[in-house]
Amino acid sequence: MSVQVDTPARSERTPAWPMLRTLAGIATLSGLLVVLVYQVTKPIIAENERILTEQAVFEVLPEATSKADFILTEQGLVRAGEGASGVTVYAGYKADGRLRGVAFPGAARGYQDLIQFLFGYDPACECIVGSKVLRSTETPGLGDKIDSDPAFLRNFEALDARLNAQGTGLAKPIELVKHGTKSEPWEIDGISGATISGKAVARALNDAAQRVLPAIRQDLAILSDGAP
Amino acid sequence: MQDESLYLIFLNAAVVNNFVLALFLGICPFLGVSAKKETAWNMGLAVIFVMLVSSTSAYGINWLLTELDLLFLRLICFIAVIASAVQLVEMFVKRYSPALFRSLGIFLPLITTNCAILGLALFQTAKEYDFIQSLVYALGAGGGFMLALMLMAGLREKLALARVPSVSQGAAMTLMLAGLLSLAFMGFAGLGGSHG
Amino acid sequence: MADLPNTTEDLTPDTFVRGLWRENPVFVMLLGMCPVLAVTNSTVNAIAMGLATTFVLVCSSLLVSLLRHWIPKQVRIASYIVIIATFVTIVDYGIQAISLELYAALGAFIQLIVVNCVILGRAEAYASKQRLHTTLVNSLGMGFGFTLALLALGTVREILGSGSILGMPLFGESFQPWVVMILPPGGFFVLGTWLLLFNWLRLRRERRVLEQAGVAANAG
Repeated sequence: MSVQVDTPARSERTPAWPMLRTLAGIATLSGLLVVLVYQVTKPIIAENERILTEQAVFEVLPEATSKADFILTEQGLVRAGEGASGVTVYAGYKADGRLRGVAFPGAARGYQDLIQFLFGYDPACECIVGSKVLRSTETPGLGDKIDSDPAFLRNFEALDARLNAQGTGLAKPIELVKHGTKSEPWEIDGISGATISGKAVARALNDAAQRVLPAIRQDLAILSDGAP
Repeated sequence: MQDESLYLIFLNAAVVNNFVLALFLGICPFLGVSAKKETAWNMGLAVIFVMLVSSTSAYGINWLLTELDLLFLRLICFIAVIASAVQLVEMFVKRYSPALFRSLGIFLPLITTNCAILGLALFQTAKEYDFIQSLVYALGAGGGFMLALMLMAGLREKLALARVPSVSQGAAMTLMLAGLLSLAFMGFAGLGGSHG
Repeated sequence: MADLPNTTEDLTPDTFVRGLWRENPVFVMLLGMCPVLAVTNSTVNAIAMGLATTFVLVCSSLLVSLLRHWIPKQVRIASYIVIIATFVTIVDYGIQAISLELYAALGAFIQLIVVNCVILGRAEAYASKQRLHTTLVNSLGMGFGFTLALLALGTVREILGSGSILGMPLFGESFQPWVVMILPPGGFFVLGTWLLLFNWLRLRRERRVLEQAGVAANAG
């Protein structure tokens, strides 16, 4: 009696060509689909971004009805779209074409993570006229008061941001003081219970202002003539 | 932020914005592998390694795609690299530590679908970290992941000896515990944050 | 649930319905939890995420089912991942085109759909073996089940944590929102509570089945 021993059939090894063909085919198909969708949506997304930025700019520069983008380069402000790289600032103009002010971005670490702001500056009164949170992950109900508490926002209606005599920075740095102790026009009255978030606003504003405002003063003529 | 100190980046990723307990990344392995401290430790190590590899690759891919103006391919490239990195780790572990390979079982290839790895690549790109910052971020994220995993494993080991109502056994209990851990970790917010 | 090779199933109402309850991807299979916890701090975000995931699930399952005879076994996972990543990229740009605010609210989790275990799992377990029409119906069911789970969390967390639903305030001015509900711990607690509830229902049903079996055994 012979014992039948079945050798287990070796699992077929797929030759390389079908594998490569499949992967290449799928990669091509995938690439085509993505490129198609990208091209179709690119102009729509750009328009959405433009509208969103515009809304934010008009919020921090009340009375502005149109805006023009400028880039802050080493040499000063140049019109956006000429290939320069740097921080973008937005000049806002009133209906008659006169310069209402300049909106510039700022950022600082808050309680949870980075907070991004847009601040509005009026060169005529040399003061900050608006503040808006663009992106934050602060605690709802506490830290997010920096964008909703009316008393806190009142700080930014005419916050002193005068430049020093040389025009190289702020005469007096903007800082946060305890709630109810504001005594100088360049101080920000804090929110009790949200100190760290409030300090983030002050830091973001101070850092950004020190960098941007001297350039604005220097190139005021370019800005004033820039109405679209 | 370019001027964030390395120490802050590490702390932020590991504790303040812990990937599991604050950002909800890597929940599947968190629930699946956290039953014993030893598997948790091994999984944590594997994840840290994969994170370092994919962090480096993500940095390179992002730079390359930016140069070639092909940024819409970024997601596909990221996930392809992550899948390959996990394959590599799998072969590495199988070769040099078969016991470890056996104990991790199915969870090793599952690191590919661990949202923490892809999340790391996406976040570091969004934050525009440079190379060293990205590495530190990856170390912090991986370390934080391992920390959360170890904490949960310690809790669950103790829990296995306690009388748990049958209604809450399994994932329900683990999630409640995770909620408490998450609540505790919220206390780290503001750590190293303000400069006065 | 061992799938016998080469068994393609026929289209029945169950093909769709099972994804909603019996095989709900989140509550029963415990898959895809990351987005469930992360983007359910408001109902709008939950719905948007659910729809986006359903779109990716349906499209990628359809493509996998269409190509199932041409994808060799060794490269199947890589192929599935590339297909899924393609549709996620499409959804990513789609949402940006629809609403940038929604995009900012959902954040990185749109791109993280690509590692949602539900999608890869279904591609591997179902779409690679079944025909087009059953795949379409089943993935729709799974997608809706996933969306239901997201809604279950989103509505509870928004009502308790913000006192509103779909952005519309429900309670008066004096309502103190239970803020922790829209923070990370709240996500864990609410999902844990839902699972607790389903466990309880399941245990009660099992006990009843046992009782009835006991009664039948005594009577018979």
